[in-house]
Formats: sequence, C-alpha cells, structure tokens
Amino acid sequence: MRYIPNNLEVRNEMLKEIGVDSVKQLFSLIPDNLLLKKELDISPPVSEFKLMRDLNSLSDQQAIDPISFLGAGVYRRFIPAVISALVSRAEFLTSYTPYQPEVSQGTLQAMFEFQTLLSQLTGMDIANASMYEGASAAAEAVLMCKRIKPKLDTVLISAGLHPEYLEAVKTYTKFKDLKIKIIPLSDSGYTDLAELERELDSQTLCCLIQSVNFFGVIENLKEISEVLTRNEVLWAAVLPEMTSLGMLTPPGDFGADILVGEGQSLGLPLSYGGPNLGVFAAKKKYMRQMPGRLSGETKDESGKRAFCLTLATREQHIRREKATSNICSNQALCALWGTIYLSLLGKKGIKDLSRINYSKTQYAIKELSALEGVKLRYSGTVYNEFVLETSENSDVVITRLREKNILAGVPLSRFYPQDSSGILVNVTEVNTKEEIDTLVTCMAEVLS
Amino acid sequence: MNPKAPGSSGLVLSEPLLFELPRDGNSGIDLPEMDVDWATESESLPAEMIRQEVEGFPELSEPDVVRHFSRLSTWNFSVDSGFYPLGSCTMKYNPKLNEAAAAMKGFSGAHPYLPEADAQGIMQLLWELQHDLAEISGMDSVCLHPAAGSHGELLGMMLIRAYHMDRGDHQRTKIIIPDSAHGTNPSSAATCGFQSITLPSGKNGQIDLDALDRLVDDQVAGIMITNPNTCGLFESNIDAICQLMHDRGGLIYMDGANMNALVGKVKPGDMGIDVLHFNTHKTFSTPHGGGGPGAGPIALKKELEPFLPKPALRKTEDGFHWDYDIPRSIGQIRSFFGNIGVLIRAYTFIKTLGNTGLREMSETAVVNANYLKKKLEDHFFVPFVDQYCMHEVLISDENLLTDHISTMDMAKGLIDAGFHPPTVYFPLIVKGAMLIEPTETESRLTLDQFVSAMLDLKKRDSSEFQKYPINSYVGRVDEVTAARKPVLKWESPASEED
Repeated sequence: MRYIPNNLEVRNEMLKEIGVDSVKQLFSLIPDNLLLKKELDISPPVSEFKLMRDLNSLSDQQAIDPISFLGAGVYRRFIPAVISALVSRAEFLTSYTPYQPEVSQGTLQAMFEFQTLLSQLTGMDIANASMYEGASAAAEAVLMCKRIKPKLDTVLISAGLHPEYLEAVKTYTKFKDLKIKIIPLSDSGYTDLAELERELDSQTLCCLIQSVNFFGVIENLKEISEVLTRNEVLWAAVLPEMTSLGMLTPPGDFGADILVGEGQSLGLPLSYGGPNLGVFAAKKKYMRQMPGRLSGETKDESGKRAFCLTLATREQHIRREKATSNICSNQALCALWGTIYLSLLGKKGIKDLSRINYSKTQYAIKELSALEGVKLRYSGTVYNEFVLETSENSDVVITRLREKNILAGVPLSRFYPQDSSGILVNVTEVNTKEEIDTLVTCMAEVLS
Repeated sequence: MNPKAPGSSGLVLSEPLLFELPRDGNSGIDLPEMDVDWATESESLPAEMIRQEVEGFPELSEPDVVRHFSRLSTWNFSVDSGFYPLGSCTMKYNPKLNEAAAAMKGFSGAHPYLPEADAQGIMQLLWELQHDLAEISGMDSVCLHPAAGSHGELLGMMLIRAYHMDRGDHQRTKIIIPDSAHGTNPSSAATCGFQSITLPSGKNGQIDLDALDRLVDDQVAGIMITNPNTCGLFESNIDAICQLMHDRGGLIYMDGANMNALVGKVKPGDMGIDVLHFNTHKTFSTPHGGGGPGAGPIALKKELEPFLPKPALRKTEDGFHWDYDIPRSIGQIRSFFGNIGVLIRAYTFIKTLGNTGLREMSETAVVNANYLKKKLEDHFFVPFVDQYCMHEVLISDENLLTDHISTMDMAKGLIDAGFHPPTVYFPLIVKGAMLIEPTETESRLTLDQFVSAMLDLKKRDSSEFQKYPINSYVGRVDEVTAARKPVLKWESPASEED
C-alpha cells in the first residue's frame, strides 16, 4: 500500500522490538469473538490509473454543459484560478485546527482577516471563523437568542426564509420548547410587516428574516428594523447569498442583532451543495453567547503581533455540556476560500460584481416577462433571483427546456407541492446575454 | 538511519494584515464581460438601502494577494511537511489523488438542485460510500448529511431521542458519558435536550462496569462511548456494556473518532453499538484544512432508521433518487445532502486501499503506536503501561514534574525539534496528559526521530524551556490577554481615534 511506509518486513522488525510475535497480540484487548475472521466485503485495492478512470465516468454523468439558471441557496460563480492554487497549499490544506498558535499563525491570521472582512461586509460588530453551512447556522442563531432571553419562547420566521433553512430550524428547536410562527409574504413578495406586528407579543423571542429573501425580493430592512426595535425583539438576519451586500446596505447598519447565512456565494464551488461556508455574526454585546471559533489578536512574549483561538470558555472542549454549541471542526478552508475571493474582489470588485448580477437579472426579467404565458410573480425589487409564473405546469416547462439543454431554474413545487406554476430563476455574472436570450427564445417555444 | 530531529530554522518572511497593505484602488479579479445595459438601482430602491462602498475592503492586485497568502501559509505546520501526532485527531497523509477526484468538474460544478436524472453519477458514488461505511461499521444503514463529527453526534443524539419518544419513553432524558470523553459528547447531548451524567473511568482507564450498573436507570436514554477510548485503549468489556444498556432499554452511541484502529479488524455493529459517527477527516484521510470542512457520516441499526433525517438516498429500477417522504423523520439537520466534496475524497481513499489496504491501515497504525509506547515507556510515565494500546499512546508529565518540566514545556520544545506537539492535557482524567497518535502513514525513521527528540528534551534543564519555541514565526503566545481583552477584527487607525 503506497501510503504506508512501514512495509511488512519493517513491521515485523518493529513487532520484534515491541516484543510480540504477531499483530494479533496487539489486538488482544478485543474479545476474540468480535475479531473479524475474514476481509471486509469491500472491493480490493484499485490502482490510481483505474480509479481516476472510474471517477471520471461518474463525474461525467452530471449535467455540467447545459445553460443553467439554478440558484436557490447555492450560486454559480466565476472562480479565478488563483483561489484553488492558494487554498491547495499544503500548509493550509493539511494542517489541523490551530490549537498550537506558535505553529499555526498562517491559519490564525487568515481567520482573523475573514472575521474582519465579514464584519465589514455585513456591518456587524463581530463575525466568527465559520459554521458548517447556512441552514444549521440559522438554527444556531435561534438557540443563541434563547440563551440571551431564556424566558421567551416564540420564534417568528418570515415565509421568505429558504425552506431548507426552515426545516433545519424546526429540527434543532424541537428539543427546546420553542414555538415557531410563520409570517406570510405580501402580494408583492415582501415579509408582511402588518402581520408581523400582529404576531408580536410578550413571548416573542426573535424574528428570522431572510433578505434577499428566498424568492429574490430585497426586503425593506429599514422598516423591519423599526418594527423589531420598537418591540425589543431580537432580529436575526439571514443571508444565503452574500454578494448582494456589494450594493445593498447591510443588515448590521440597520441594527440586526445576529446575522447568519451562507458564504458559498463568495466564490466557492457548488460541490452538489457542500462543503459550504456557514456565516455567523453578531453585535459585540452578545460575543460570549456566540457559537464557533474566534481568532483573536494578541502578542508573543517578545511583543510581536500574534493570533490565537480565543474566548474558548464558550466552547465544548472547555465547557462541555454548558458550551454555547457543540460545534468543533467548522469550515476553515472554505472560510479561507472566501477570504481570498474577497481579497481579490476588494472594494471595487464587490461593487461591480453585485451591480452586474443586478443588471443581468433586470435584463432577464424584462425579456422574459414580455413573453406570452409568462409573468413575474412578485413586483418587489429583486437582486439576482426571481419567481416566474408560467401558464403551463412548471415541471413540464422545466422538462421541455431541459430537452433544449437549458436548466431554467428550480421549480417551487420542489418545496411547496401545491405550487404548480412558480420557477425560481437565478442569473449571475456567469450567465451571458446570449444565454439569457436563448432562455427567452426557448421559453417562448415551449409555451407556444 | 540518523534519528536526529528535523527541526531547523530558516528565512521566514513577515507580512502585515491584508488591511495594512497599500490601497491603490486595485482589484485582483477580472469579472466576466458585462454585455447588457447597467440597471439603475436608485430607480427601484430607496436611497438608504443602497450601499456606496464596503468600507475597509482591500484594494489589491492579483500578485499582492498571492504573495500575502503564500507568506501566511509558511507560518503553518502541516502534515505534508512534518510529523503531526495529535492524539484522537488522526493526522495522516492526505493523498493528492483525493484532491484531484473532488476537483473533477462533474463533482465540483454540480448544483444540488440538478434534476435527479442529471446527477446519477454523484448519487451512485454516495450510494457506494454508504455501502462501504455500513460494511466497515457492521451497521444497517448510513446517513451522509453531517458536516463534521460533532454534527454526527448531534444527529445520533436526536435519533436516540426520537426513538424513545416514539415508544412513549418520555422520561428517558439522561445520557451517560465517561469522564474521558471528548467535550463534544456532553455538548452534543445537551444541544438536543439531554442531561449528561458523568461516568468515572475505572483504574485501568476503561469503563467500570459496576459504576455503570449503578447509574443506569429507567431515565437513561443511552450512553456515548468512544472505542478505542481516549486513553488509547479498547473497551474490553464492550459486550457486557452493550448488553447491560440494552437490557435496561438504553441505546449505545459510539464516537468513531478513533475508528482508525478498528477498520477491517472489528465491527462496532458486532459489539452491540446502535449508532456511531465516522470522522472522514480522521479515518479516511480527508484534509483537516486548518479546522474543516470535515464530514461526519453516521451509521446505525435498523431500529433507528424510521427517524433518519431528510432526504434519504434510495435506489430504484429507474436509478437513484432523494426521498423526502419519511413520516417519522426528525427533519433536516442542514441544507442539501452533506459535505459532498469531502465525501468524494473519503470514497477515493476507501477505493484506493480496498479491503486489504484498510485492514493494513489499522494494523500499521496500532503497530506504530505500540512501537512508540515501547520506546517511551522506560523514560516517561505511561499510565496504562500494562495494556497494549491501540492506535495512540497516552503518556504524562508525572515523572517530569520532579525536574520541573511540564507537558506544555514538552509541547513547545517539540516544536523546535520540528514536530507538531501531541494532544496535550487531554483526556482530562490523566493529569498532564500527552496523547500521541502516529497513524499508519509515518515511517519508522520518523518515529525514531520523535523518540530521540523526546528523550533529548527530557535531559534539558527546566529553565531552558521558558524560551521555547524559538524556531517558529512567533514565540509563546499570550493567550490570557487575548481572552481578557478580545480583539476579533482589524479596525482602521482612523476609527480607533474616534
């Protein structure tokens, strides 16, 4: 086995030095009736050559060629070659959690830079070094609210929250005596603030509002903020897409208490939905209630700037059952990926990128909604996603467009079985005008 | 061969923070061509919603960014460059082939909402991986969703909770956890509303059956066991432990962090375990990446299947599909299907080693650990010296303290010798613990070098240790001040003056 330097000959010499005759003796603590008497029912070793060929044939079965407008929580991004080259450096890739700061300054400084970039981007006081992904981060936000206000028990959630996030929140809170109430959207696609006000009462713990919401609509954060602040309800902003913050005032500037979301949109590959990059940020006053790792600035004994993991007394390896979360390994390398992406984009790039996404989406909406049998479901302003309603069943439309080598979007029937007409369409910088025009032409064909 | 330690010093380049680099209005990214008209957002959005710029963001060219992160990387110790014997963390070689596999376009470029017909290759890979993990663990089914080991623990706890609730056993709210357990165990149990009860370990570092017997009543939902445990010992009473728990209606969770000792040798399912997690970034060689992403698939027995999270992967005559219709499911624990990019690496590793290679992996890991034990036991205190260890060996500073040398001193001294320190001060039940896990991918020469460095350090005068490490980019880091006055982000000098 090429990964094992000590071959059987060396192993035998080592066994002799240990003072045993066979490997079996070393396993003598295991009751004999449990020791396996035959090899596992797993295929025998496969050569690198053959395995690469097999993997290539599995990889080739995914449809990568069609023109795609799939989004809904993970986004197709242009990814510069620089990022994978840097992230592949073994010093980043093959190191452990930086528990020994003297030999982990690279990871620790990069984490600190990630925390800073995310704080700048979201307008929040502090951000942690990452969570698993967006949905469980949203669930952790609710648990954190419960730690801040343990006596309250009602969680209000906008119907504009990603349905998979809602599922995760329900699962995590099932064991915590929390009630969940869904606040519907208005006809134009915004969270219905009048309804929100009606649902607020003395038991309201927190409110989760996604913006840009699941249907693409940019929520009016100013009005939301006014309602929640007036009623002293904790506000957890949810962002499954982060590049919109290049052109939109971030939730932190409007006073969000917690911000969670998905950082995959920061230049990470799709990878069939994982690994992604959970984002968690908060107001400074809630720092000690936050889950996850934090890199902090300090000095070494000679006074030189240094970084280390800090506020570990919140974490499981110190606090055990009283920890703020059970999270241990997070998504450090994905956070590094996002850090490099944002470093490359910089102040100018993020602004351009978000405006390109916005403009291309506006173009697609204009062209598509002019078609017979197609209309835009919500009139609210959108960023890079929108819901189309088609005169024919959305699954049928999508299947017909797939035959023309187009993935037109995600059918909302996937999440809401009664919704037979809605298609969530996502346009990003990787969609050319030509692709959008092709979608428009083909959509007209399949509906005619 | 020369067992001299590889530690040395060389030219290390300093580098400021990203935010302290020049701000010349550059961008290091070439965005795709803009081929439609610019839309005017001010026509559709109120002014206060529109952002002019992200204050503080860098303004760098591509070479600036490359140099910055390349320099940072050189301040890290990594398993590609040296021995990284962190106990219970299994820092083994991360094969390059795995990286090439995960980067294949049909994997890395696949959207999770692709129509199922367009994602059959990935689904087949995941199906095969589920099979192999079920076979390795001796369990009935596998769920690949958890993003890391502790996420797997949480899922396992939720399943146990759901199982008892479904049977009307609402009073079962306690989980027994040995005092040698990883901190994630009690924390995961607490996250899903269990009360954790600490089980003191026996004198031999293993679970004390009598103590367990006294704790298990009809309020106990289950036990979380790490096997081999964090003392590096196989729980030789595992049969009896599982029997006792099952007789009283409790279930057994196994923390699979230490599976690297067991693959192809013994199956947790045969021991009586009901549910366990794997750490693919330990046992199956996926890179740790400085703290993730990992993947923590779980394997379980039939009785827990009805409660599995959504969606489940099914194989039918028409191919693979995702099943969301699971009436008694606990729900979703994340979005999408799991850390697929990581799971592809684990799949590649398992296929490369195959059945015989996996067995050789565990055997060699155990031989290497016992070799270290043999070489160290005459010079250091080995708490459980009369038992063969599994894949890691536990020593402590007990006989070093008379010479005023502590575990922390040894750790920092090892850095200068060119080694990453072992896991220190864990497990908590052994004072001044050093938990050393060599893994199967280290050569005898490396192990000899490590032993010689340990012996060399032991001979030194305790006063010398204060200055270690001296070869690393920074010296001993002041962690106390970091926690007392947290500085968690860079602030521009201008804003500090405000």
